Amino acid sequence: MTTTPQASLPAQTLTLNQRAAKVRRRLSNPWASGIAIVLAILWTLPTLGLLITSFRTQTDINASGWWTVFGKIFTGDANFTLENYDTALHGSTTNLAQFFVNSIVITLPSVVIPISIALLAAYAFAWIDFPGRDWLFVAVFALQVVPIQVTMIPLLRAYVSWGIGGSFWSVWLSHSIFALPLAIFLLHNFMKDIPRSLVEAATMDGAGHVKIFFRVVFPLMVPAIAAFGIFQFLWVWNDLLVALVFVGGRPDVAPLTVRVAELSGTRGGQWHLLSAGAFISMVVPLIVFVSLQRYFVRGLLAGSVKG
Amino acid sequence: MATVTFDHATRVYPGTERPAVDQLNLHIEDGEFLVLVGPSGCGKSTSLRMLAGLEDVNGGRILIGDRDVTDVQPKDRDIAMVFQNYALYPHMSVADNMGFALKIAGTPKAEIRQRVEEAAKILDLTEYLDRKPKALSGGQRQRVAMGRAIVRQPQVFLMDEPLSNLDAKLRVQTRTQIASLQRRLGVTTVYVTHDQTEALTMGDRIAVLKGGLLQQVGTPREMYDTPANVFVAGFIGSPAMNLGTFEVKDGAAQVGSAQIPLERNVIAGMTEADGGKLTVGFRPESLDVVPAGTPGSFQVETNLVEELGSDAFLYGSLKGGVVGELSAGDSDQLIVRIDPRNVPMKGEVINVAIKAGQAHVFSAATGNRLS
Repeated sequence: MTTTPQASLPAQTLTLNQRAAKVRRRLSNPWASGIAIVLAILWTLPTLGLLITSFRTQTDINASGWWTVFGKIFTGDANFTLENYDTALHGSTTNLAQFFVNSIVITLPSVVIPISIALLAAYAFAWIDFPGRDWLFVAVFALQVVPIQVTMIPLLRAYVSWGIGGSFWSVWLSHSIFALPLAIFLLHNFMKDIPRSLVEAATMDGAGHVKIFFRVVFPLMVPAIAAFGIFQFLWVWNDLLVALVFVGGRPDVAPLTVRVAELSGTRGGQWHLLSAGAFISMVVPLIVFVSLQRYFVRGLLAGSVKG
Repeated sequence: MATVTFDHATRVYPGTERPAVDQLNLHIEDGEFLVLVGPSGCGKSTSLRMLAGLEDVNGGRILIGDRDVTDVQPKDRDIAMVFQNYALYPHMSVADNMGFALKIAGTPKAEIRQRVEEAAKILDLTEYLDRKPKALSGGQRQRVAMGRAIVRQPQVFLMDEPLSNLDAKLRVQTRTQIASLQRRLGVTTVYVTHDQTEALTMGDRIAVLKGGLLQQVGTPREMYDTPANVFVAGFIGSPAMNLGTFEVKDGAAQVGSAQIPLERNVIAGMTEADGGKLTVGFRPESLDVVPAGTPGSFQVETNLVEELGSDAFLYGSLKGGVVGELSAGDSDQLIVRIDPRNVPMKGEVINVAIKAGQAHVFSAATGNRLS
């Protein structure tokens, strides 16, 4: 900024810092921080236990709890092994590697399809005037009140009668259907935040709706798309219900979650593999979330609060 | 280059009764700089957006040159617009912003680059071509917005309060730049502002709107010297014109203790509805400070003096026999331009007289000009 007078700069930053400190003091509170830390520890503890258990031998798992390893590390009695992971991934009866691939095949289209459709719908709702627009928008959002459990039997019957029962298509379509109302709503809010004059300027510059969408709106929507993409990715990857209902009996199609749920077996014979299986299914969402959580937080907030 | 014609153009927003722009008739000559001015909500921006094609025309026609563009898409009208908030594409560099329209139109890359560079040179933006808008100052952003319009070499420029986001000093500076740039390029320009100073300084002609109705069109001089009605009289000029409603007796308006003689045709123009009263207006500089007792003078009590260096303006109240109210602009006081080297104290009473032929007389009932 060349127009800002240099002399006033230090004074300005000082007051800004002071104000920031004031806000920080008001927002932070030792009690609140303490409670947050306790909650975080409580929340993470089971996962830690799961992680430790997954590296223990079958006999240890059956004999004692995971917390006993801390004592045994000191006495030198602790046994750790990668065998659980090996069996879970490559064992002839478990073979999670195959299901891992299934999960990826299910998840990617289930993220891409609803986002593509929702982007187009959100653009129309935000920038194209058509009769009944507001009513239609309310109707789309109101679809959220329909619980997905209610829709499952009718959907399954429909898929079977269309001849796509038990295929990847049935999961892709279901996830897309369930995601669309929220996706349209969120992306629409983001699009509404783009100044109208920007779209008008593009109109004046000779761009039609298609060019405005791809050249102007889409690049500005990337953070929102990323945020919703992560959201949807985690949801689909961790989903058990939808997959179980539509492709539950198909080992060539079913995702990890379905297999992990069955892992302990009806007789509980492979109990020791459960923790390793759970970790295999957690690792991808963990990576996605940790690496992209910046987008996630910013994206979810940006839609609601004007900054 | 082309003329622009509004022919009974009307815009009624859905859900409203009253038109935002009511039967606008306006002809803008080729190469002319026309300023649409008025208070907020007067329909000036709506008129501009109708010309741009961003707003439907509910009645009448709009022509650019001889072509009726009433139902033509914005992109086919061959016009460029500068927005109040500049509306720069935040994800594109300055060069891409300026060349966007050409790129959409499929112009060869080399030509785009050349035209963008030419425009950047005119606007002093050459060194910023690779920056993103967020890395520019307000004034530079404003110039990019101008550049985006220039690059297209359109038939008409539309500008919607392009200076209102700049600070006062930069605004004055940019004002002259835009005006001289427009003269140099010779492109027909329609410029919207709520600031009458901008209107007076920039426009070849000014059109004043109020409540969707066109009040008067004319050169800045005409608008200042012969306002067509009370609204234009009060709107154009800073500080504002003193306007008051006074009784008429024996062919003269009774302004305080003074009698302002009226011409015969003014008296003849009065109607029953006026109730024997007239609205008289006189600009702060149309008043002379005179010795007490001078015929045709009236007394003003000093409330406040604003010194501007070259001038001083006295805000005061009219003494003696006031009928109706006297006001100037937003204040209910009388404004007199006085010699800055000889300033009366607060509470002091001075005598002023209206310079001959510099009183504006309007009908009390309709507000239209009588003299």
